[in-house]
Amino acid sequence: MDYVKLVLLGAIAVLAAIASSWGHDLAYQVHAFLIMAIAVGMFIYVLRHTDEPAGPAEPDGIYSDGVIRAGVIATAFWGIAGFLVGTFIAFQLAFPALNFDWGQPFTNFGRLRPLHTSAVIFAFGGNALIATSLYVVQRTSGVRLWGGKTAWFVFWGYQLFIVLAATGYLLGGTQSKEYAEPEWYIDIWLTIVWLAYLAVFLGTIFKRKEKHIYVANWFFLSFIITVAMLHVVNNISIPVSLLGSKSVQVFSGVQDAMTQWWYGHNAVGFFLTAGFLGMMYYFVPKQAERPVYSYKLSIIHFWALIFLYIWAGPHHLHYTALPDWASTLGMVFSIVLWMPSWGGMINGLMTLQGAWDKLRTDPIMRMFVLSLGFYGMSTFEGPMMSIRAVNSLSHYTDWTIGHVHSGALGWNGMITFACIYFLTPKLWGRKEMYSMSAINWHFWLATLGIVLYAASMWVTGIMEGLMWREVDDQGFLVNSFADTVSAKFPMYIVRGLGGVLFLSGALVMVWNMFMTIRGATPANAALPRASAAATPAE
Amino acid sequence: MSDENQIDEATGVETTGHTWDGIRELNNPLPRWWLWTFYATIVWGIGYTIAFPAWPLISGATAGVMGYSTRGEVATQIAEHEAENATLVASLNSADLPTLAPGDDLHRYAVARGRSVFSAQCSQCHGSGAAGAKGYPNLLDNDWLWGGDIENISLTIAHGVRNETDDDARYSEMPAFGEILEDEEIVAVVEYVVSLSSTEHDAGLAGQGAEIYADNCAACHGDTALGDYEQGAPNLADAIWLYGGDRATLEETVRYSRYGVMPAWGQRLSDEDVRAVSVYVHSLGGGE
Repeated sequence: MDYVKLVLLGAIAVLAAIASSWGHDLAYQVHAFLIMAIAVGMFIYVLRHTDEPAGPAEPDGIYSDGVIRAGVIATAFWGIAGFLVGTFIAFQLAFPALNFDWGQPFTNFGRLRPLHTSAVIFAFGGNALIATSLYVVQRTSGVRLWGGKTAWFVFWGYQLFIVLAATGYLLGGTQSKEYAEPEWYIDIWLTIVWLAYLAVFLGTIFKRKEKHIYVANWFFLSFIITVAMLHVVNNISIPVSLLGSKSVQVFSGVQDAMTQWWYGHNAVGFFLTAGFLGMMYYFVPKQAERPVYSYKLSIIHFWALIFLYIWAGPHHLHYTALPDWASTLGMVFSIVLWMPSWGGMINGLMTLQGAWDKLRTDPIMRMFVLSLGFYGMSTFEGPMMSIRAVNSLSHYTDWTIGHVHSGALGWNGMITFACIYFLTPKLWGRKEMYSMSAINWHFWLATLGIVLYAASMWVTGIMEGLMWREVDDQGFLVNSFADTVSAKFPMYIVRGLGGVLFLSGALVMVWNMFMTIRGATPANAALPRASAAATPAE
Repeated sequence: MSDENQIDEATGVETTGHTWDGIRELNNPLPRWWLWTFYATIVWGIGYTIAFPAWPLISGATAGVMGYSTRGEVATQIAEHEAENATLVASLNSADLPTLAPGDDLHRYAVARGRSVFSAQCSQCHGSGAAGAKGYPNLLDNDWLWGGDIENISLTIAHGVRNETDDDARYSEMPAFGEILEDEEIVAVVEYVVSLSSTEHDAGLAGQGAEIYADNCAACHGDTALGDYEQGAPNLADAIWLYGGDRATLEETVRYSRYGVMPAWGQRLSDEDVRAVSVYVHSLGGGE
């Protein structure tokens, strides 16, 4: 087995070395070199351990939590990276001089912006989703993860995807599709990793000891399957050369735009909504120690949500080359989606029935509740902005940025922080986090940061929309584009300060995690006893 | 794991009887207001898709009973606007621009229209306040390269400067004197140019430069260095500089020359827009 590995790793290293020296562009050459270095490192490791007796296998009676510990740390790490870049580019917009001459072209806004979005959505959010879904599916199925070390392949494969994507942006490797910027070879790699993730998740569900599949797992599964489909279809492209990063999209024109926003909208719908609702459905009842409010609501809103979301993409393309009929349908499905989205908020908030007092005493519970509040707010705002008349004011303005961040910082950020506070003590065998007051600090720093961010972007967004359409008494437009840019300056500073506060909160969290984990030994939770687990639920 | 449907103590509601890692589910019905709002959005959605273009068919899509289309809406608005202004546009196109008096309705209309055109098309280079930038002339002062009366302004806008798309574009080319003069001569002529608008200069050096100026520069910029509209040669005797008036920048200009380009807007804008933006620029303060 070791010899097969050696041959494979050696072959990869040689091929990558050739690709690195023959590559047509910088991004491709650096990536090939990176892969070569990794393959050589693994080759040496395997070589040095060849024919050694295998170490003691992990005992069978415990959950596979090692990969989840790694995922929790990766989530925090990429979170800090993503927030930091976000804060920096916020100030680049306020002070263009921060696009330093010495850093060109690598550190200009155009290259850092996709680095920020991918870091927070896919690196921070993605690691949070993978870690929590693998934690939840084991607990609610009563079994270890399926596939042994496959979960570790998913973890490290995903980190490699992140590093390739992020360095690619800085080096100029991009296919220029929003939230789908990575070039073809990175897309292929992510597809492999994602299918392995699907296999681990589904395999664990198949061998579950519980008769029914818990609602959180419906959401996680719909997220994993749909993201696979979205990713593959939106990234269909033909490489210009196997030795270069550039590729050409198969779709063109309005078809390409529609495919892109079908993907883009459902990245929000399935990555940032369905996946995170999966987190919500496990961690909120756990933290509140209360039953989920309504089983019926969870079924109805799950199916309504996943059915309706997939059609809502065209609302990103109102008043464009997109035919009117598609635009109307996108808008109608978005508005019908309002209640199904709110179903998740109701089920989360009402789960606190009988435990509302925890809001006073438990800062983690407060984070969950605040995240559900922001979830409800953005899922109302979204349908409203999809209405053509509203969109004609809001589209292309900072209102969109404000909307996205009230969802991303408020809903996705807050619930992830709360989950990290829930998981860290459990995974490292502590009773609770090192400092409860630090969680409180984090809560207030982040909340204030979000409020500054969202409020300033609403102000500039609506101002910008109104200035663009302002006409004088003779019917002529009053403002030039640059007028709106200079009018936004003060609010850009407020937005940047919001980012600083949000980032500071996250740094407090990392310190708290460090103090909690320091000196602790990883705790491996035992599986439920076989006799109990074998009895199917009635 | 197995338990009968229990009653949850805090709420008095029955559970579904399943337990996952200690999590149970209550058997609450769907909230009424939630369900009715959901139904209402569906009913509204059906109505809306009947009223507006929505459902794709084999070829084409349903047009909606309201007869609405986004392109139709824009076309209607543009048509209304054009109908309202048709008389003014006609008079603007036939007016003799130099005779337009500030305060006239037509002048007011031309300035408003011109400012709108300027904001959209000209502000990127000349600035939204028309104060210009390095290499892009300030349009607020009375220092002109190709003439500041309304006809010259109009001509410059319509045909542009040194572009390759319009045969009637303003054209002139300053030689790169780095290939003609010695380094010391360039330094001297720069000192002379500085001396024309600044008291802080080396009079001896400027004296040497004056001769070089007379031999090389006066043909275009004039004996008194007041420039020449015919050739777009800038006035060098004022303290207004297009690229900068410090010695280093002037030396660069003399050595390598400059070649500012402006598009021919007559090829991109309607006649009335060119006329309107000419009136607007003329009205900014420096019009002759």
